[in-house]
Amino acid sequence: MQSRIARRYAAERRFKALGLGAVLLSGLFLAFLLFVMVGNGARGFTYTHVAVPIDFEATPLTIDASRLDDPDADQLIANAGLSDIVAFAADEALGDGGSALISENAWKEVRSAIKADPNLLIGKSTFELPASSAIDIAAKEGAKGELGARVAALKANGRLSTGIHWPFFRNADATDPAVAGIWGALKGSVLTIVIAFLIAFPTGVLAALYLEEYAPRNRWTDLIEVSINNLAAVPSIIFGLLALAVFINWFGLCQASALVGGLTLALMTMPVIVIAARNAIKAVPPSIRDAALGVGASPVQVVFHHVLPLALPGILTGTIIGMARALGETAPLLLIGMRAFIGDVPNGICAPSTVLPMQIFLWSDEVDRGFVEKTSAAIIVLLIVLLSMNALAIYLRNRFEKRW
Amino acid sequence: MRKAEGHLDFARCERNKIGRNTPVTFNAAALLLLILGLALIGWLAGRARSAMLAARAGGKLHSRPQYHGWYVALWLFAPAAIFLAVWTSVSPALITNQVLTTSAAESLPAFGFERGAILSDARSVAQGQQAAVRLPAAAPLVKPYAQATAHYAWIGIAAMLALALAGGAYAFTRIRPDFRARTRVERIVMLLLLLASLVAILTTFGIVLSLLFESLRFFSLVPVSELLFGTTWNPQSGAPVADTFGGIPLFWGTVLIGAIIAMLVAIPIGMMSAVYLTQYAAPALRRWVKPCLEILAGVPTVVYGYFAALTVAPALRNVAAMLGVPNASTESALAAGIVMGVMIIPFVSSMADDSINAVPQAMRDGSLALGATPNETIRQVLIPAALPGVMGGILLAVSRAIGETMIVVMAAGLSANLTANPFASVTTVTAQIVKLLTGDQEFDSAKTLAAFALGLVLFLVTLLLNIVALRIVKKYREAYE
Repeated sequence: MQSRIARRYAAERRFKALGLGAVLLSGLFLAFLLFVMVGNGARGFTYTHVAVPIDFEATPLTIDASRLDDPDADQLIANAGLSDIVAFAADEALGDGGSALISENAWKEVRSAIKADPNLLIGKSTFELPASSAIDIAAKEGAKGELGARVAALKANGRLSTGIHWPFFRNADATDPAVAGIWGALKGSVLTIVIAFLIAFPTGVLAALYLEEYAPRNRWTDLIEVSINNLAAVPSIIFGLLALAVFINWFGLCQASALVGGLTLALMTMPVIVIAARNAIKAVPPSIRDAALGVGASPVQVVFHHVLPLALPGILTGTIIGMARALGETAPLLLIGMRAFIGDVPNGICAPSTVLPMQIFLWSDEVDRGFVEKTSAAIIVLLIVLLSMNALAIYLRNRFEKRW
Repeated sequence: MRKAEGHLDFARCERNKIGRNTPVTFNAAALLLLILGLALIGWLAGRARSAMLAARAGGKLHSRPQYHGWYVALWLFAPAAIFLAVWTSVSPALITNQVLTTSAAESLPAFGFERGAILSDARSVAQGQQAAVRLPAAAPLVKPYAQATAHYAWIGIAAMLALALAGGAYAFTRIRPDFRARTRVERIVMLLLLLASLVAILTTFGIVLSLLFESLRFFSLVPVSELLFGTTWNPQSGAPVADTFGGIPLFWGTVLIGAIIAMLVAIPIGMMSAVYLTQYAAPALRRWVKPCLEILAGVPTVVYGYFAALTVAPALRNVAAMLGVPNASTESALAAGIVMGVMIIPFVSSMADDSINAVPQAMRDGSLALGATPNETIRQVLIPAALPGVMGGILLAVSRAIGETMIVVMAAGLSANLTANPFASVTTVTAQIVKLLTGDQEFDSAKTLAAFALGLVLFLVTLLLNIVALRIVKKYREAYE
């Protein structure tokens, strides 16, 4: 008897440990995932620069300084052969093959510097130019062989410096990790989400009000309810197929644009908002409606003056969570053409644009090793945005939600 | 090198130069703002007039002044906005028609792609979206286009303003102290609510019809039986070849990753977490651990995909190589399945949590009172009682797993193998939809249509799983209520 009880207690302890183990295992997965991303991505925010002196006396850039403010100044400077001058200066300063150590887009940094301060064109000045991707990786991770020796020599000369890489936050996508940035994708994401919110939020809230407050119980409202519940569980890629067939091929809306992306995500998040809003509306006690009706409010006044304001915190919480999910969505946007390479920051809702998760997907496919850390850095940015949205939702819930 | 094919280099296109000398165009957004402004004026005027009339009639109004304001504003806004929507979609065709009647259009090629390209080139220049023509043939058409655009823009603006003012004037003259403005405004509000709830039905119909329509076109090229039962998946562009659209390898890959491997990870861990959190954990621990678990569900799938491809898959390949498994690849079913399972854990856990909590406390107390240990109570009383709810939750989890796209696109690979080796590369329905639709091909090819047929299959299967799962969960809840 005693030994049997001991066995049963041992089983009890094992079971409890198993449960704790399961919880810990999921926590471990999360920790490992975040650790890998942060470990890889932290370096993506920095970049290695090489100090290169350029002597514009010896190799003059023949350009009319008064035209540097023209809209086509970029083209003028490029035509004047600045890239050759920079490459020559790099070879001079860093020895044979020096121009291969700096990024092929490094001269564009010089160009912006010259546009900002034309006095640089007189005399000799030192520029901090972005290193080539290989040098950047070697400087951060260490390397062996010829490359390692080269980096060690540059470090010994004090020519290498690593700092926060602002172009990462300023630029759009590029094929060169030295100039690729997330600003284009971030702006595309913001445009897309704003459009999705502007469409999905009013529609979702109005639909929820109708279903919860006014709808008669009949076959039609049953159909509406069934379709909302099913839409919430339809795989997101199906919404991409719908958008491709309807918005792009039928309506002919602008392909790969924030407009179509926003419409697609709006259709996807609307059911989520409806369900959250219905729960929030349901939680408003009937006594409030009765009291308002009792003092002579019309049914529409009851809902818009009393029920909706009371349910709004709950609705907003659900909406923010739905929007956060839409912000991380990639699959439906793949199908409407947002997969294309876009080297410009989008300047409107109809302009071709990309979104942050799509940028992550595109970079993860890049062959250049410099993009590995850029991908993780973009993931960190995305996760920070999503976590703060969720934190905001939780804050709203705790701050404003009433228990009746 | 997958990236190279689908690339449109938008960067190379010349930057749009808007606003050099912008010609008159029909700018719908600006006009919408204009009528919104007019509606605001109408609102103020209607409110003021009703208040004035009321004061004259001795303070008796049927509706409060702002309802009269809303009434005028709606009459001002709605007809003009509807006209705006119609005109925006109709006027490009009218403009093109007028341009085609001019003498400059006679030298255009009769039909085909070139004609369209020339016309759209001239249009973009005339409407200020582009600084100069790209095709020389478009140059003489720019002026007629600009004229026609301006012509129809003026007509449209005039008609819209006339409608807005007529509507506003009509509503304004109807304002009387005894006019039932509130009833009318509320009727429109109700209509708006009904329309909003119809969007859901419209979306469902849109999904079903667009999938069905394109799938029927696909099935006129390839028989249904081949897609459902064929065993070779190797779609080529051009005319469909027999035995290249067999879906079995895709369906098997989907089941292997989503329903087998992912569930082997998610069910035990999710269930045990739910049991521990509901039955053993202190409330303080539960309050902290649950949100952490939910973070796992909030991580975007593209991040999971990247994690699977970057970290999990190479590690598994090394393990497989150590074990001597043949055909080990970096794009393995196991990597995608495990990561997908991790993603599903919080989902399974919260469904199980709900079902276990729904079991009446009396059953648990009764079992404990008979001397069963907590673990015996859980295994022999709670879980059997909660089983229907748990099963429903698992079906929903499966439906979510087979519809998941990014993880499999990034980690599971694209080669259609019919294999049970989890270390080999398999592909899934969703991954193939993405593969078929990204890349440059015309919309009518069998390859593109096949994506819609696969989408239809996926939609029907997930729909079935959802309906069955929801029914089980509902029935189970009723049993204990």
